[in-house]
Amino acid sequence: MPALLPIDALLIAACAWLVLGIAGLVAPRNLRFISKTLFPLGALVGMMVGLVALGFLGESPEVAVLAIGLPDLPFHLRLDNLAAVFALLLGFASVGISIFAAGYFRKGEGTAPGLMCLQYHIFLASMLMVLLADDAYAFMVAWECMALSSFFLVTTDHRHAEIRRAGYLYLLIAHIGAIAILLSFGVMSSGSGDYSFAGMRAQSLSPFWGSAAFLLALLGFGAKAGLLPVHVWLPEAHPAAPSPVSAMMSGVMLKTAIYGLLRVSFDLLAEPLWWWGVVAMSIGLATAVFGVLYSTVQSDMKRLLAYSSIENIGLLAVGIGLTLIFHAYRMESLAALAMTAVLYHCLAHAGFKSLLFLCTGSVLHATRERSLGKLGGLIHRMPWVAWLALAGVIASAGLPPLSGFVSEWLLLQSFLFSPGLPHPWLNMVVPVAAAVVALVAALAGFAMVKFYGIIFLGQMREENLKDAHDAGPWERVGLVWLAGLTLALGVLPSTVIGFIDAATRQLLGTGLADKVREHGWWMLAPISPERASYEPLIFLATIAAAVLLGRQLVRRLYHGRLRRSAAWDCGYVFQSARAQDTAEGFSQPIRRIFEPMFRMERHFPTIRDEKPYYSVKVEDHFWHWLYLPVARLAERGSRLITRLQGGRIAIYLLYSFLTLIVLLLVARP
Amino acid sequence: MNLAVPLSSQLINLFASVILLLAFAMLAQRRVLALINLFALQGLTLALSTLVVAVTTGQTHLYWSAGLTLVLKALLLPWILHRLVRRLEVKGDVESLIKVPTTMLVGIALVIIAFNVALPISQLSNTISRGTLGIALATVMLAFLMMITRSKAIPQVVGFLAMENGLFLAATSATYGMPMVVELGIALDVLVGAIILGVFFFQIREQFDSLDIRHLEKLKER
Amino acid sequence: MNVFGFLGQMFAIALALLLAPLLTGWVNQCRAWLQNRSAPPLLQPYYMLHKLFLKDVVLAHGASPLFRFAPFVVFGCMVLACAIIPTLSTDLPLAPAADTIALVGVFGLARIFIALAAMDVGTSFGTLGGRREMLIGFLAEPALLMVIFTTAMISQSTSVATIVETLAHRDFIIYPSLAFAGIAFTFVSFAENARVPVDNPATHLELTMIHEAMILEYSGRHLALIEWAASLKLYAYSCLGLALFFPWGIAEGDSFLGLLLAIPVLAIKLAIGGALLAGIETINAKVRIFRAPEFLGTAFLFAVLGLLVRLLLEGRV
Repeated sequence: MPALLPIDALLIAACAWLVLGIAGLVAPRNLRFISKTLFPLGALVGMMVGLVALGFLGESPEVAVLAIGLPDLPFHLRLDNLAAVFALLLGFASVGISIFAAGYFRKGEGTAPGLMCLQYHIFLASMLMVLLADDAYAFMVAWECMALSSFFLVTTDHRHAEIRRAGYLYLLIAHIGAIAILLSFGVMSSGSGDYSFAGMRAQSLSPFWGSAAFLLALLGFGAKAGLLPVHVWLPEAHPAAPSPVSAMMSGVMLKTAIYGLLRVSFDLLAEPLWWWGVVAMSIGLATAVFGVLYSTVQSDMKRLLAYSSIENIGLLAVGIGLTLIFHAYRMESLAALAMTAVLYHCLAHAGFKSLLFLCTGSVLHATRERSLGKLGGLIHRMPWVAWLALAGVIASAGLPPLSGFVSEWLLLQSFLFSPGLPHPWLNMVVPVAAAVVALVAALAGFAMVKFYGIIFLGQMREENLKDAHDAGPWERVGLVWLAGLTLALGVLPSTVIGFIDAATRQLLGTGLADKVREHGWWMLAPISPERASYEPLIFLATIAAAVLLGRQLVRRLYHGRLRRSAAWDCGYVFQSARAQDTAEGFSQPIRRIFEPMFRMERHFPTIRDEKPYYSVKVEDHFWHWLYLPVARLAERGSRLITRLQGGRIAIYLLYSFLTLIVLLLVARP
Repeated sequence: MNLAVPLSSQLINLFASVILLLAFAMLAQRRVLALINLFALQGLTLALSTLVVAVTTGQTHLYWSAGLTLVLKALLLPWILHRLVRRLEVKGDVESLIKVPTTMLVGIALVIIAFNVALPISQLSNTISRGTLGIALATVMLAFLMMITRSKAIPQVVGFLAMENGLFLAATSATYGMPMVVELGIALDVLVGAIILGVFFFQIREQFDSLDIRHLEKLKER
Repeated sequence: MNVFGFLGQMFAIALALLLAPLLTGWVNQCRAWLQNRSAPPLLQPYYMLHKLFLKDVVLAHGASPLFRFAPFVVFGCMVLACAIIPTLSTDLPLAPAADTIALVGVFGLARIFIALAAMDVGTSFGTLGGRREMLIGFLAEPALLMVIFTTAMISQSTSVATIVETLAHRDFIIYPSLAFAGIAFTFVSFAENARVPVDNPATHLELTMIHEAMILEYSGRHLALIEWAASLKLYAYSCLGLALFFPWGIAEGDSFLGLLLAIPVLAIKLAIGGALLAGIETINAKVRIFRAPEFLGTAFLFAVLGLLVRLLLEGRV
């Protein structure tokens, strides 16, 4: 009997997820059975996926053929290192999210729990199949399953009109993206009729068609990932979905789009052109700046995180662009550095963004409130969630010693080499792009301080927050798992790079692992220790030692006495929760400095107002510049077409008859 | 990689960079008097840079142009401008049509463009100061930008003069300066231009009670 | 790691801890002289620290554990920063732990903690201070990073020790880009250390304060640690500036004689630097808060310009 191959194991996992989903239908209203049995089992399967992918990394690709689908068109599947890195991400992130979900769902919220369980597990299985697909057909089937299942998950609370609207928008843009991806695959097969990825690899496209395929793929996967200007669904869908689903979509699903982009641009298209990288980088920079600016001015906590996801996707696109530029000039070791940054950031973002979304889920459960202006002081009532969220916040702000910093560090290191590019414009413009990346990273810190400070710190802004309860045991386990991943990715960069290096090696022919391994597991020195090095463990240990020594010495030499008293606040007597900054107040400097970037509707109080109030609403320029005109155009077009609609069946039959005749005339061989 | 570069060339690069720095400082400056002082400083740096080129290459006419620059741009013109400001009683800040940070961002873009445009030209040249051609071009562009974005007359004149500084730098860096006759002619032109503009200012103010050149918009035919 | 290097590292940290309040005292004294006031004693910051350590901590009712934890973290971050910036010698065993990019990260980490702590009690001034600090931070951080990029491109390295070694011990070359970087760095360090054009370390006027607004609720040992950390930050920035732009005199490798010689050189450089700082503070007026972004934006652009000049004039990497 042959040993169980990793690809088979992953297929079994996908089937297991499906079975778990269907099992939910057995007792769709039995919440206890579904949440306490099926979701934990799903987490186990996720663990298996992660471990199998981890074990596979570094092996040679495996293929399988599934005889399902149309006749003569079976599913081709392939597990290679790139897919394994993302399967690893999917598996490990889903462990935390599934366990959290076990404690999250309550009775009587929209969709029946059994149906929810089905949709959730189909979502997981289809994401895994997207990673394994080796032909356009299987890929698109899995891709659409993923889009549909996530659409149903987004509209769980379908009783609210705005949630239905968000779901519709999501579905619409997902399909625009899917069409673009389909076209891209069509271009890549270049009329040969062979839609397997192996066939596409064998094609050598002319620069024109290659560029067309790349741009279509960028649009298609960009629509799923949330790149400008097809990002508008993201800040609508993420807040609408239940928190575990938002976590799954933001942490994992966006990464499948990144996976697709990497697959197309580095694997299927053999010869990248340098300007592809410039396009990807420009869009990425615009997306990152846009995302981070909008995330700082949001007043809804999940929207804030959604915009922060847009920012991170922008940074990933910048990394991919940089990799493409280096790759096009055959500077493979530098391309490997940038690629490692991209893959690392995918993993890091999956960890910390899932963590933060789940934290907002706990807050939402405890307070029934998503608006930042009605939260505050929750660290006193929800210490577990608050302290674990702190890890996510630090990582998301790109600060050492957690995971976000490592990828930012790698990205900046690869930017430092960009003056060596043999192109007279690029070697000046690209280093300046690093300045924008630095600005984005710093602004992310602003957004995260706002997120954390307004939700968890300060005085409680509403009376009912006093009854908030901390996360339950299942939720805590899920949060701890994700925070642990964030910490591990932060302090063990060399080990992690040793794993994900296989994917870099597969795509670029060279990797970082050899150089990284030379200097021991605690040190990250991708080029040489003289050039650059980072030792997060020693970093952490030094700060910890200073903290502990300082504390002990102060207590030994002086004392540890402490008294409680009212807050000082410069002696102001009137100290109410209303005197704190609101969410809008906190971001006022950003709105002021970057005023042209926002479309604001403001109401200022005047002296004569009986009940003076100030309100501000920040809207997306893209709605007014791009989407509304397109919508109006479509509406006008449909109105024209309505004239064809007479209501008489004879006329309709005439239309069909005429069409038939025209087709017969035109389609003659 | 820089070990082969002689000290004189390094000095020229340094001075050229200072000129660029001052051009940016002028772009960011809001006060008229400080603007004129920065301009004087730029003239001084330009003179020093020309002097270094002169000493290194031993070309006598460059000594003359260095001296001329010093007298004209670092002393005479700033003095005239100072007098003008005092006589015209220009007060307060320089008004800018676009926000200063935005102007600076545009300035950065211009610098990138200038550097890249100048790169192929400077590769043709074989002077010791060829690297600074890009900076010279950038200075011209920044001065132009200043003329575009400022709404008051005096900053516009300063921008005009700073542009001439950039051209002068370009001339020294690409070909060790223009022939003496041309240089004298330009110097005279600039001087006369400044004086005429000074007279012109008085006329503008008589007419509009202000030096805001946006008033000139009224002069169009309806 | 040899014993000598380890001792050198410990000595550098101890020196930073001891010298930092003295630097603050020196700057305060210079400021007082220049402003025609009678100066406080040079050792006043030490008396302050001692007094604050002796006092009880008075904690607001609404303060969470994060509030008590933050001063220690800020202090720890600053100790690490001082440990990796070469002051006397470039032979620092801790230096590989964090390069210049990570150094910016350390300052960022400290900033986040102090801003969060400021928001913790939930007073109006606390949140105001936190917001303003983040406003300064998001502009200062990229500017600092760009300064570091310029130096890193000159020395082909982001490791602080290598940068300083390249600048200090190779043949003397004029780097025009460093002039831009130096100006940008000066701007940034004024903003980061709550100095006059951006903030006033001596103010308690509610509308203008940034740093002071954040630490209003702190008292006793917590306040002492924060004050000490602020001194350490000033020391770290001064040493970083000196190391990047005036690196001469820093000992190379592990020569004991060089180390001995480096101490007086460092003292002199710091004394001059502190006096200059006080001088600049005296001749400038504090700008209003919305001019501060412009001030820092200028720093950011100068740093980027330095990078460009580096690329144009000083050859390709």
